[in-house]
Amino acid sequence: MSIFKKGLFKRPNVPLESQEGAPEAALPEDGLWLRCGRCKSMLLSAELAQNAQVCPKCGAHFHLGARQRIAGIVDQGSFQELFADVAAGDPLDFPGYGAKLEKARRQSGEIEAVVCGRARIQDRPLALFAMDPGFMMGSMGCAVGEKIARLFEFALEQRLPVLGFTVSGGARMQEGILSLMQMAKVSGAVRRFGEAGLLYVCVLTDPTTGGVTASFAMEADVTLAEPGALIGFAGPRVIEQTIRQRLPQGFQTAEFLLEKGFVDRIVDRRAQREEIGRLLRLYGEADAWKKG
Amino acid sequence: MEKRLSSPWDRVQAARSAGRPTARAFIEAMLTDFTPLCGDRRFGEDSAVLAGPARLHGKPLMVVGLEKGVDTKDKIAHNFGSAQPEGYRKSLRLMKQAEKFRLPLLCLVDTSGAYCGIGAEERGQGQAIAENLTTLMGLQTPVVSVLIGEGGSGGALALAVADRVWMLENAVYSVISPEGCASILWKDPAKTREAAKSLRLTAEDLRGFGVIERIFPEEPGLFAQLAGALEETFAELSRLETADLLEARYLKYRKLGAGIT
Repeated sequence: MSIFKKGLFKRPNVPLESQEGAPEAALPEDGLWLRCGRCKSMLLSAELAQNAQVCPKCGAHFHLGARQRIAGIVDQGSFQELFADVAAGDPLDFPGYGAKLEKARRQSGEIEAVVCGRARIQDRPLALFAMDPGFMMGSMGCAVGEKIARLFEFALEQRLPVLGFTVSGGARMQEGILSLMQMAKVSGAVRRFGEAGLLYVCVLTDPTTGGVTASFAMEADVTLAEPGALIGFAGPRVIEQTIRQRLPQGFQTAEFLLEKGFVDRIVDRRAQREEIGRLLRLYGEADAWKKG
Repeated sequence: MEKRLSSPWDRVQAARSAGRPTARAFIEAMLTDFTPLCGDRRFGEDSAVLAGPARLHGKPLMVVGLEKGVDTKDKIAHNFGSAQPEGYRKSLRLMKQAEKFRLPLLCLVDTSGAYCGIGAEERGQGQAIAENLTTLMGLQTPVVSVLIGEGGSGGALALAVADRVWMLENAVYSVISPEGCASILWKDPAKTREAAKSLRLTAEDLRGFGVIERIFPEEPGLFAQLAGALEETFAELSRLETADLLEARYLKYRKLGAGIT
């Protein structure tokens, strides 16, 4: 009887953050020192910054801002930002949204939750977008959808491959149905781009969920993921509340998606530049056959 | 003048009401020769999706509906209209058949959302929905989606990327349920009614945003009116060049949320 009660009707009371493989944070001890949320090692923040925000002791991948991410992966000085002035409005006049946007802008220094541009990786040109965990956890509203759709249209016109980095809690509910429509809009742009024989590589980072997972995160030709990243459609808490049971260890991690067949490769952040450079060459040199 | 439901929360309740006709009732009232087909040819059959070829006023089409079921037993059999990935892959298979056989595609949407559970995640709920979106964006046949009850987020959108999206007067369509919004955003389930209002999920709101084109009043003669409109619209869309049809479909979504700077 007690097992029945526990399993079916009791709401989970252990926070998911304690699960292995679930998102960890580098917890600030003071301005200079941080503590790894996974292995509990004390780390110098400078040491972490030099290591692409990856714990040098245990390899935990911490959140990385869009601009740091771009700077760490492209050829030095090659990044040119695109559509930088596209910003969200408040189409629903949603209570509290204006203030929330202001706060997100102030704290992140970004106008929106995605940064787009063109750049080179190992001398090969490409278009890229990187979502920003520091801006409302990469939530997707109209501006995010608009920027990514424009990027795929730009890349189609310029015949460039697209590299994307996703991090998102999902569609931005303060923009209501218009956020949902961004899934259709971007999917349309990805389809047109793909029909022209162009390559789309997407790197799923922690966390990638909701409407982003149910659209452009799952539409790439090659889907990479960072170790330990949480990737799913429904968030773990929502699932636990729906089915009234604890989720198995490692559920919805990058490793889980690899095993289930939804991710091609798991790539450590520090090896991504090399990996992506190689993919761009492999998929971009088919003409070699014609040249003999 | 009949009584019209006024508050958004009333609409949400009406859209979920047990006495409301489900997809099957629309199929039975408007179509003939309906031949339900089963399975996604990948994993299994999902009865939350009721789909197959049928006739509208004698002309053949493909219908794909999300079916909630009518009584308790039936609701359980249809998983309350919440599809698993195999349900979306079954609908994908029949959408592609519609394209292959040049049949117009009618989607009937009524779901609180895509099913949320361990198996659904293991089998790629997100990927299944995403593939429907890219496929519908380029599907070379006319597509009309009608929201007949609840339009619950991505699980509804997976059947609602269309040349025309219509709604019944008391249907609702939202990125998240009012309950979900109140609990996530305001950590206060008591704010559900306020969330229903703030989310702008009524048919009139959605027409205002350009997300849907047409609203059908819930009054006697609804089925006949809807069937007539579908026949007329499919005939009109069928006369278009495929490239023009797809360009217009793309632009319809492309402009949503593009008016920002």
